[in-house]
Amino acid sequence: MSERTTPESGQPAAPTAPPSEDEHARLESAAEAGGTQSALRRLMSGSAGRNLGLVLALLIVVVIGVATAPDRFPTVDNTLTILRFASALGVVSIGMTFVIAAGHIDLSVGAIMALASVWATTLASQRMAEDFHWVTMVITALAVGASCGLINGILVAYGRMASFIVTLAMLVGARGLAEMISGKRNQIAEVQGFLDFFGGEVFGLPVLVIIFALVAAAAWVLLNRTTFGRRTLAVGGNAEAARLAGIRVKRHTMVVFALVGVACGIAALMMVARTTTGTSTHGMLWELEAIAAVVIGGTLLSGGRGTIVGTVFGVLILATLTNVFTLHNLDTSTQAVAKGAIIVVAVLLQQRVAARNGGP
Amino acid sequence: MTDALLRMRGIVKSFPGVRALDGIDLDVSAGEVHCLLGQNGAGKSTLIKVLSGAHQPDAGTVEWRGENARIADPMAAMRLGIATIYQELDLVDGLTVAENIFLGQEMATAGFTRRWRTDRAARALLGQLGHPEISPNTEVGRLSAAGKQIVSMARALSHDVKLIVMDEPSAVLDKEEVARLFGVIRDLTADGVAVIYISHRLEEIREVGDRVTVLKDGRTVATGLPAGETPTSEVIRLMTGRTFEYVFPDRVERDDEAEPVLRVSGLSREGEFQDVSFDVAPGEIVGLAGLVGSSRSEIIETIYGARKSTSGTVTVHGRRLRPGSVRSAVSAGVGLCPEERKSQALLMAESVANNVTLATLPRFAHASFIDRAAERSAATEQVNRLDIRPQDPSREARTLSGGNQQKVVLGRWLLTGCDVLLLDEPTRGVDVGARSELYDLIRELAAQGVAIVMVSSEIPEVLGLADRVLVIREGRVVHTGPAGEIDEHQVLDLVMEGSVT
Ligand SMILES: Nc1ncnc2c1ncn2[C@@H]1O[C@H](COP(=O)(O)OP(=O)(O)OP(=O)(O)O)[C@@H](O)[C@H]1O
Ligand SMILES: [Mg+2]
Repeated sequence: MSERTTPESGQPAAPTAPPSEDEHARLESAAEAGGTQSALRRLMSGSAGRNLGLVLALLIVVVIGVATAPDRFPTVDNTLTILRFASALGVVSIGMTFVIAAGHIDLSVGAIMALASVWATTLASQRMAEDFHWVTMVITALAVGASCGLINGILVAYGRMASFIVTLAMLVGARGLAEMISGKRNQIAEVQGFLDFFGGEVFGLPVLVIIFALVAAAAWVLLNRTTFGRRTLAVGGNAEAARLAGIRVKRHTMVVFALVGVACGIAALMMVARTTTGTSTHGMLWELEAIAAVVIGGTLLSGGRGTIVGTVFGVLILATLTNVFTLHNLDTSTQAVAKGAIIVVAVLLQQRVAARNGGP
Repeated sequence: MTDALLRMRGIVKSFPGVRALDGIDLDVSAGEVHCLLGQNGAGKSTLIKVLSGAHQPDAGTVEWRGENARIADPMAAMRLGIATIYQELDLVDGLTVAENIFLGQEMATAGFTRRWRTDRAARALLGQLGHPEISPNTEVGRLSAAGKQIVSMARALSHDVKLIVMDEPSAVLDKEEVARLFGVIRDLTADGVAVIYISHRLEEIREVGDRVTVLKDGRTVATGLPAGETPTSEVIRLMTGRTFEYVFPDRVERDDEAEPVLRVSGLSREGEFQDVSFDVAPGEIVGLAGLVGSSRSEIIETIYGARKSTSGTVTVHGRRLRPGSVRSAVSAGVGLCPEERKSQALLMAESVANNVTLATLPRFAHASFIDRAAERSAATEQVNRLDIRPQDPSREARTLSGGNQQKVVLGRWLLTGCDVLLLDEPTRGVDVGARSELYDLIRELAAQGVAIVMVSSEIPEVLGLADRVLVIREGRVVHTGPAGEIDEHQVLDLVMEGSVT
């Protein structure tokens, strides 16, 4: 092999041209060459494409429902049942989206919910007098949720403990406390004002569903349009970079956990309204359902990326699935096995889509 | 030349929206050092990722020792005898040096790792690289950037290799380390191993290279140029379309009486550096020169509060900063552009725009709602100013080439408009064309009254850009003086002196 200089193959090289013009020309020609195909691909690789997969998954579940229970599944009543069921889990999952995007995990969501529900209903039943306003219940549930979340946050951020451990302890502790307060009995919430408000409907839509929608909208804005959301992603994506950019990583982490706690408080109220009881068994295994919904939705478990729209879809898919199973009277064990399998498949599909939109 | 070891023809690789490689040809012979040159984003790293099996080409052929080869994955490349040292080091921080070196090819009997043998083999490799002081049992996360580079190198050498690809290995090394690296390269080529060497430092190419291939916008513009004889101006013309390498901007007249903005006195951190004192006036650029490992980065990270000093003070505008508090430094108007872009600066999954505005978010927010139009236009301005390519602020940071990522980090800190700017290796991985512009920018910032402290392993850069130079050796300041009154050799003497005895 001899040493030689070959000019740029084909066209005569014009190395004296300013590089930026070259670059433009190259990009333009590449774009033209790609044509419609690349436009389509770009669409698919955007958030629209990612959500398209979720829409499809939801459609498939719906089609299965319609096909197997044509008389009971596609009714207005049943749809509202699904939505009502989805809303409490949805609020918890939205909270979970923030923790996961911030690079942590919260296993205590279900337990915090149970504790908040029990605390609020016990308070209500102890003060049956006229002077008890149902807003007190709301405030109690939110405060209990926020406090538990805050404790989680402080231990994780300032105690430098792994969130997995801290929230696992909270899971056990909060559920235990809920059992102590309630004496393991169901607390019936007979506060009429509360049930009227949360159990009501506006324009034919259950208030629960409206709350879910509002929480989702607020969370979307918070994650995508505010400094708080941006910092959450920064902390989850690269905590060291966030720290060196002057972000108060510890405080931020703490606030994120407190936020999840508040979401659990809201969910507790929704659960009490739906079942008219507060009990220490509310939200059993919801941590897993919520994590599944978040991951199906496309939020990275490793942090740094989160999608509220995806989580909402994830919740709807899970809720519809549960509904289809229930319509067929599947026992809970079979349901659990089927759900486990479906979650794995859904996450696999989700990863496929993510990988196609740009490898590692 | 002997037979072609590797022959790549018409390699094409597209990413969504970008054609990174557009028909590249490359021939490498056994025993040669083949240098790849090209501007940031020209496609060098992508090409070698195709070669190492990390990417699959869309078109083109690879011939390896006269036979067609399909390199399906990194294991396949390894089996062929191709080892790669990536630009962004990919080591597992939690594992030890020895474990990293033999990752994926652990020495084991019936599933049990043979630690003793592994350690001995690792020690031999590190010794061969001239670094017997790195213990095989150290956790890799504790090593400096240069140390990690050595470990990557040892990992490459642990295979039976015919071709070693090095993507900007010298970016994290200082002069002495680079000399040692060249020694290793010469030993390898003497044994008939071929080396593909990527660097933005032309003098290195001249010193160690045999032949040069120049890439531009994903195409081969010249191949097989003799590294020793081709004039620098010709190489630069091929790469950039311009004829000069880079020039340092003129120093500006400053008011010598001006009150210093940054005052560091008696700053120490146990086990790292002792008694560092200096002042920086507005508009002044102070350069810290020294070997890698002489604690220069530690000093400026301590000033910034990212590390906690054990004694001494840092004051900005007469206000004392709280030790170990980044917030306190940031609110006093200090910015730090850190050394390691991947681990300390970039959010890889986020857009360029979000990365650029990370440190200045409140400025684009009304009641904490982000004004995205303002944010985007600020980011676009930085993208244009620094010539970040592709010129699209919405691209994810991980899809940018190494040099362009570096510019993103720099853009973040240029945007802060801070009074004191600490720059740690600001031009690492930036191509010759863009260097001049960066130097101009840094000088321009100084002219606007910013006090700048800069760390660089390239002594000419420190001497050319800074007004005043501090030479650091083993955590102590051994010399302070105007940059104009000292030359490269004197700095080198200062840096080495004492480390010999
Ligand atoms: N995973 C990816 N997705 C999309 N685009 C990519 C990806 N990796 C590289 N590119 C693009 O391909 C082009 C070539 O990048 P490459 O990393 O090969 O450049 P380089 O020559 O190594 O530059 P540098 O000197 O800055 O390291 C760039 O425009 C870059 O943005
Ligand atoms: Mg590169």
